[in-house]
Amino acid sequence: MLESLVFYTLAALIIGFGVLVVTTRNPVHCVLCLVANFLCVAMIFVLLAAEFLAMIQILVYAGGIVVLYLFVVMLVNLRRPPDARMDGRRQTRFGFVLVALLLTEVSAILVYSAAHPSSLVAVAPQRPAVGNAETIGMLLYTDYLVPFELASMLLLVAMVGAIVLARKEA
Amino acid sequence: MTHTYLVPLLKILVLLNAVLVSVTFMTLLERKVIAWVQVRLGPMRVGPYGSLQPIADAIKLLLKEDITPVRADRFVFTLAPIVSMVPALIAFAVIPFDREATFFGYQVPLVIADVNVGLLYLVSITSIGVYGIILAGYASNSKFPLLSGLRASAQLISYEIAITMMLVSVVVMAGTLSMTGLVDAQYNARVWYVFVQPLAFVILFIGGLAETNRAPFDLPEAEQELTGGYHTEYSGMRFALFFLAEYANMIVVSGVAATLFFGGWLRPFPNVAALWILDYIPGWMWFLLKTFVFLYVFIWIRATLPRYRYDQLMRLGWKVLIPLAIANLVVTAVLKVLL
Amino acid sequence: MTPITPYHYLVLSAALFAIGVLGVMVRRNIIIILMSIELMLNAVNINLAAFSYQLHNAAGQVFAIFVVAVAAAEAAVGLGIILAFYRNKETLNIDDMNIMRW
Repeated sequence: MLESLVFYTLAALIIGFGVLVVTTRNPVHCVLCLVANFLCVAMIFVLLAAEFLAMIQILVYAGGIVVLYLFVVMLVNLRRPPDARMDGRRQTRFGFVLVALLLTEVSAILVYSAAHPSSLVAVAPQRPAVGNAETIGMLLYTDYLVPFELASMLLLVAMVGAIVLARKEA
Repeated sequence: MTHTYLVPLLKILVLLNAVLVSVTFMTLLERKVIAWVQVRLGPMRVGPYGSLQPIADAIKLLLKEDITPVRADRFVFTLAPIVSMVPALIAFAVIPFDREATFFGYQVPLVIADVNVGLLYLVSITSIGVYGIILAGYASNSKFPLLSGLRASAQLISYEIAITMMLVSVVVMAGTLSMTGLVDAQYNARVWYVFVQPLAFVILFIGGLAETNRAPFDLPEAEQELTGGYHTEYSGMRFALFFLAEYANMIVVSGVAATLFFGGWLRPFPNVAALWILDYIPGWMWFLLKTFVFLYVFIWIRATLPRYRYDQLMRLGWKVLIPLAIANLVVTAVLKVLL
Repeated sequence: MTPITPYHYLVLSAALFAIGVLGVMVRRNIIIILMSIELMLNAVNINLAAFSYQLHNAAGQVFAIFVVAVAAAEAAVGLGIILAFYRNKETLNIDDMNIMRW
């Protein structure tokens, strides 16, 4: 009962803030709606018993990536006032058609899979013996060690690339 | 029913009240301590020895005129102090004051939420607190606060890295992310972690000074720099909220240092049975004592040390603290595997 | 009230993904387009976490952590490109970013 209430509230907030992100004019308000969206998604992760992922979402996404976006928005808006004109060349109708196609396809898949449940059926969820962080740690360092090392290389390359790109030509 | 809803609600009420009263009286503590360091008396008029000064300050700030700059973003201008204060308050949800205490026949753990990722929750909430400063600088619609806000947030996210690595060092030693689990690990290891990892404690403390914008890292909010920093355009209660948020952050950092490195609610020498007389002091009183000592050290450092310049500050964070933090983490991990 | 099945989470994820696609197609400001891409990545993360919850396999959450790491790298490099571009051309409108086109 409480879970349904929390889920529907969070879902409404996520969709609401998502729509606000794609429709707001002011980029700073857009970024704030994005932060609120990410925090609500983190709470959805807590509902799904993925509390480590929820904390990573807040720490990296809401606390790191969106701060980066906010910095860039302010550095770029520093000299120009926010433009109040409507964007002239956007492709609204094509965008809506594409989204309608996407939603049709996804709902078709959902309805089909609900009608034909596969062998991977849900059992009663029980609390795992070890905590969430330990489980992910075990997997990350044994089964998925190579992707883990590759991800760290990727982050190093991205860090060097970002520094080189954003550096002023002295 | 009682245990699931009523007890946590009561705990939240009690804790929030305690925290909000503490941060208002911390203003008085700071003024008194700095005054005594500078061989003067501090506030002495309101109440006996100036002890009711925070009440006078609160009344004054509530009655001040509420100015919003022209063409400032009103919504973000009002939102920034709230975004600054709320993470400071909700960080208290995972700080353990004691293992258990008995109230009216109920055994209640003195922590609001003992999640098994408690330490990670604290770090995440700290990284959300950066937004208050950036938004305050942006919403003031003025060059100086904007630049000061960007500088302050750059300082905060730089020192966050060193702090997180030090927390990871402690987690490597303890094997758990939960705050009560960390204190239990110190009890089982028979030693406070500050004696095992002194460098981690020092880096955590310096990082904590920088994270809370306290001297000597208080460049973003000093009156002589950038005409007052990111809260130049704020007046009245909104201005007060920024400072209350800073004091609340200080209490959080002190509480975290006490829990992680100084044994939380454990008494000194918790495994030595000969000191049984110290057991009469309840655990939460030990915790509050340790937190208070750290708060005093915060204020003492502010009264003593001069301010860092911005480039010196960033150089210290990136070129000194982060390499030391990485070295500490690597040595801890290697020794944990070998021993 | 029906209990919350993983299908609810899949519907939420699909809706969020569609909103992200809409943002990429409709908006002209390059920073907001990048933010819509982050919305899409979040939708994928919700999907992965929901399946991980249903099948009691933490591999879904591990994949979600990799998605977060890759999103961080992509945001950093993308914003670096935007900053470098803005310094040269003073515009954030994606229709003006057509230097390679004749």
